[in-house]
Amino acid sequence: MTQKYRLDKEGYINREKSISFKFNGKKYFGYQGDTLASALLANGIHLVGRSFKYHRPRGFIGAKEDEPNAKVQLYKGAKTEPNAVATEIELVEGLVAKSQNCWPSVSFDFGAINNFLSRFFPAGFYYKTFMWPKSFWYRIYEPIIRKTAGLGVAPLKPDPDRYEHKFEHCDVLVVGSGPSGLGSALAAAKNGARVILAEDKSKFGGSLLTDQVTIGNKTGKEWADETVEQLKSLPNVVIKNRSQVFGYYDHNMMVMFERTKDHIESPNKYIPRQKLWYIRAKEVLVSTGSIERPLIFGNNDRPGILLASAAKEYIKKYGVLVGKKPVIFTNNDSAYDTAIEFKKNGISPLVVDIRKNSEGAAVKEARGLGINIKFSHAVANTKGYLKVNSAIVGKLNNDKSGYESLENIPCDCICVSGNWTPTVHLASQSGNKLKFDEIISAFIPNQSRQNETTIGSANGSFTLKKSLEDGFNKGFEVSNKLTKKNIKSDPPTSNEKSYDNYEKFWCMPLPENKQYKRCVDFQNDVYVSDIELAIREGFRSIEHVKRYTTLGMATDQGKTSNLNGLQLVSNIENKIVPEVGHTTFRPPYTPVTIGTIVGREVGKHYRPTRKSPMHSWHEKNNAVFVDAGLWLRPRYYKQGNETLQQAAKREGANVRKNVGICDVTSLGKIDIKGPDSAEFLNRIYTNAWMKLPVGKARYGVMLREDGMVFDDGTTTRISENHFHMTTTTAQAVNVLAHLEYYLQVVWPELDVNVLSTTEQWAGAAVAGPKSRELLKKLFPEMDVSSEGFPFMGFKEENLSGIPARVFRISFSGELAYEINVESNHGVFMWEKIMSLGKNMGIQPYGTEALSTLRIEMGHVAGSEIDGRTIPSDLSLEGMLSKKKDFVGKRSLNREAFLNPDREKVVGVIPVDKKTMIPEGSHLVKDKNAALPNPKLGHISASCWSVEYNNPFSLAILKEGKKRIGEKLYALSPLKNKSIEVEVVSSHYVDPKGERVRS
Amino acid sequence: MLEIKCPYCGSRSQNEFSYGGDSNAKRPELGKEVSDKDWDNFIYLRKNPRGKHSELWHHVAGCRQWFKVLRDTSTHEIFKTAKLTDEL
Repeated sequence: MTQKYRLDKEGYINREKSISFKFNGKKYFGYQGDTLASALLANGIHLVGRSFKYHRPRGFIGAKEDEPNAKVQLYKGAKTEPNAVATEIELVEGLVAKSQNCWPSVSFDFGAINNFLSRFFPAGFYYKTFMWPKSFWYRIYEPIIRKTAGLGVAPLKPDPDRYEHKFEHCDVLVVGSGPSGLGSALAAAKNGARVILAEDKSKFGGSLLTDQVTIGNKTGKEWADETVEQLKSLPNVVIKNRSQVFGYYDHNMMVMFERTKDHIESPNKYIPRQKLWYIRAKEVLVSTGSIERPLIFGNNDRPGILLASAAKEYIKKYGVLVGKKPVIFTNNDSAYDTAIEFKKNGISPLVVDIRKNSEGAAVKEARGLGINIKFSHAVANTKGYLKVNSAIVGKLNNDKSGYESLENIPCDCICVSGNWTPTVHLASQSGNKLKFDEIISAFIPNQSRQNETTIGSANGSFTLKKSLEDGFNKGFEVSNKLTKKNIKSDPPTSNEKSYDNYEKFWCMPLPENKQYKRCVDFQNDVYVSDIELAIREGFRSIEHVKRYTTLGMATDQGKTSNLNGLQLVSNIENKIVPEVGHTTFRPPYTPVTIGTIVGREVGKHYRPTRKSPMHSWHEKNNAVFVDAGLWLRPRYYKQGNETLQQAAKREGANVRKNVGICDVTSLGKIDIKGPDSAEFLNRIYTNAWMKLPVGKARYGVMLREDGMVFDDGTTTRISENHFHMTTTTAQAVNVLAHLEYYLQVVWPELDVNVLSTTEQWAGAAVAGPKSRELLKKLFPEMDVSSEGFPFMGFKEENLSGIPARVFRISFSGELAYEINVESNHGVFMWEKIMSLGKNMGIQPYGTEALSTLRIEMGHVAGSEIDGRTIPSDLSLEGMLSKKKDFVGKRSLNREAFLNPDREKVVGVIPVDKKTMIPEGSHLVKDKNAALPNPKLGHISASCWSVEYNNPFSLAILKEGKKRIGEKLYALSPLKNKSIEVEVVSSHYVDPKGERVRS
Repeated sequence: MLEIKCPYCGSRSQNEFSYGGDSNAKRPELGKEVSDKDWDNFIYLRKNPRGKHSELWHHVAGCRQWFKVLRDTSTHEIFKTAKLTDEL
């Protein structure tokens, strides 16, 4: 198949290797080295999408990352990617792409009706139109707007690709490999600095790939290739192509993404698709180049109208003509290079130049080649619906407010140039306050806030000579700050064309009595009339104009539109651009896939999983696991076809009747040592600790300084100056940090050390009326009688030769013990307990049964200790020492905490004794009261009581125990339930606590 | 992401640390009478300066030591870090 617009020569493509791809369902061919954009243009295709709001036909404008229009959807299914920029996608065999924001097709788009209705949708029409009736927003307006808002479609299936993160440090990071970037990287590397050079494109060289220049006795391209080879050979240089540095963060943290897979025809499935690099650079050299600015004229957004530099790039890099009857429209000399490239390839362009004259070298060369030039002329309007077919060109009158005459000039493309805008995004992100340079009419970096230096055309120096000097000098300077080796490299001599002045004129007047649309922001469909409207309506700050019109807010971040917008605002307001200011540049510079940002932290890899030493035993015994923070804990051990509730009932009932065993390894354990340990605990906990005897445990409650309950658990005195603290699973990490804070910051005079030992001990709770009998079997030498080993006792014992710690503590409310052994003996301990308990009907129980047992006993846990409850809310006032001060005590007599109306813990049962009350239900007096129904409290935890065989819940209820006996309603609008309930004591089972002491 | 110099371990990335607020907030001594106002100030009120701020950081994924950092809240520049026993 012929590529009608492909040249026989020119370009860095491989004409031997033909590549097939699909666009909008049709098969085309390109060559290896093409981008999707250059391959489509080689086939004569300009129309690639529809504009965001008015669905106007749109084609390519740029040839690189500045492209605002050519956003396409790639591939299908899980691999699909929305909003891919066609100019940045390297062509690969089998590529599938389609246009976005059009239906049924890009050439016949139903939504284009918006273009004819456009007077109803000016800037800000959302705010004006959809204000009333209010209730319509969620149900009608928003869904419709969402459907018609025009970007790609996100994949619905999980991403099949892998992404990786990498961390790097370097002395100097150079961003961009044009002349200044290559020069600075070389100078810094030769001076001994560790250098990373990052280039977004597949080929190094930047403007050297397209410009007719010589460096030394080589062409620009040859010099670039040679310099890259030289850099690659240096051991202190990392050089990366296809790598976009998209964000400049604090303390010189640079973030870059590298495209590692998509350009390869049959990639190894193990290589990641993209890599995200976090680079901590001591110095950053920003050599990101510049972007050409479009000119604004009537219907300047038709397909076939593109930047002059892009047209040149398509010829020089890809051997592609963007048209065969070009009009070149410019206010400066650089577009003449494009005209010359056309001419060299046998195409005669017409140059329309706003200026009265120019004596630049390129203009002279163009004249010499016989190129037709119309000075003092402008393109006023264009024609052609799906592609431009003529330009209406007129001679500008003296004050450029209108035209003296207009003529229709047939053409198939218009290449525009409004001079160059330095790419200052990274410098601005780093905190550099930009300044407006009157000479180039654009912002350039000013005072650096971090260690960043901008060089080359990104800094507004648009000549090769200056860029090379800048690169070599700054590369040496910044590297020498670090290496101090004083090895200076001189910039090579270079040769380039001289340039004459440009005309500071961007927005063409409309011909008399014409109201053509003149586009400023191509991607977000913002026109001159929208900006005029915003200012008429009183928006003054450029940030407000931006938000009202959405100028520069699209995924291209206004790379081609921001400055033209600013210029317009300043013209209308009769201000100068620096007074208007500029909007904030934010990362990412170009769109980054979510997959790259997430990296390997997906699914189970999102965070580490903590497993108990007995985990494999649980797995073998049909445990169903539940996430408890980072821990995986057995929720229940499934037998046959049991449901969760059936299993929890069986396991819980077995604890109440026989004996059960529960893995409690995940409970936080903190070793506390030192002569002031008891004093420290006395300050941290609300109750008294000085007199706790060695060999005894005590239940403790700790508060935050604001009086809220923070955590609870038991702490055991192992020896005089050695304690073993336990915390809840959820707060283990926070409690350790809390203790460290008080020991290091508040009371450094206390001689105490704390250390987490959670993972050093495997823990098993053995609970139930038969647990004493089992303990006797485990430790035949031990006196297990209630006198010999009373409630809250502690002993160090020997489990068949293994040291074990035995505590008589209980969470289930039954007679219970907890046994700890070193982690590597966990399975041995567990199996020993299981085998010796077999005759007693021992069964393992999971967290669901554990919760059931604690709920019906009225023990508070995380669902009640929720950061909003003080001790008296949880019936823990008995735990508060009156004799001593402790963390949080002073807060407890604050007025609000003494209010008798406070919500306090109670028990609740459904009146029908059958319906489980959903956790989170609200308790109200009248289920039919008008909304918002006054809330008296909420259900914090629910279970099916194994003791009474009916549902039971804990609740936090206004006035708490005073309401015992009252009938209320538990409402759960989420589950659509309304349940009549009775308030009872929170201690539903064994209220006197006789079992644990038996 | 900030780079913070732990006085014990050296420069590390911010994700190894957790923030601990104003280092000048002093807890009233235990057992001493404290007025409601002073207590409220200690619990809830902190200066929120734009500019230099001396603060506590905890090297949680490292040596577990608390230390002091003098940081500019608007630019994130870190001027100095110090052990709790040293002056900033």
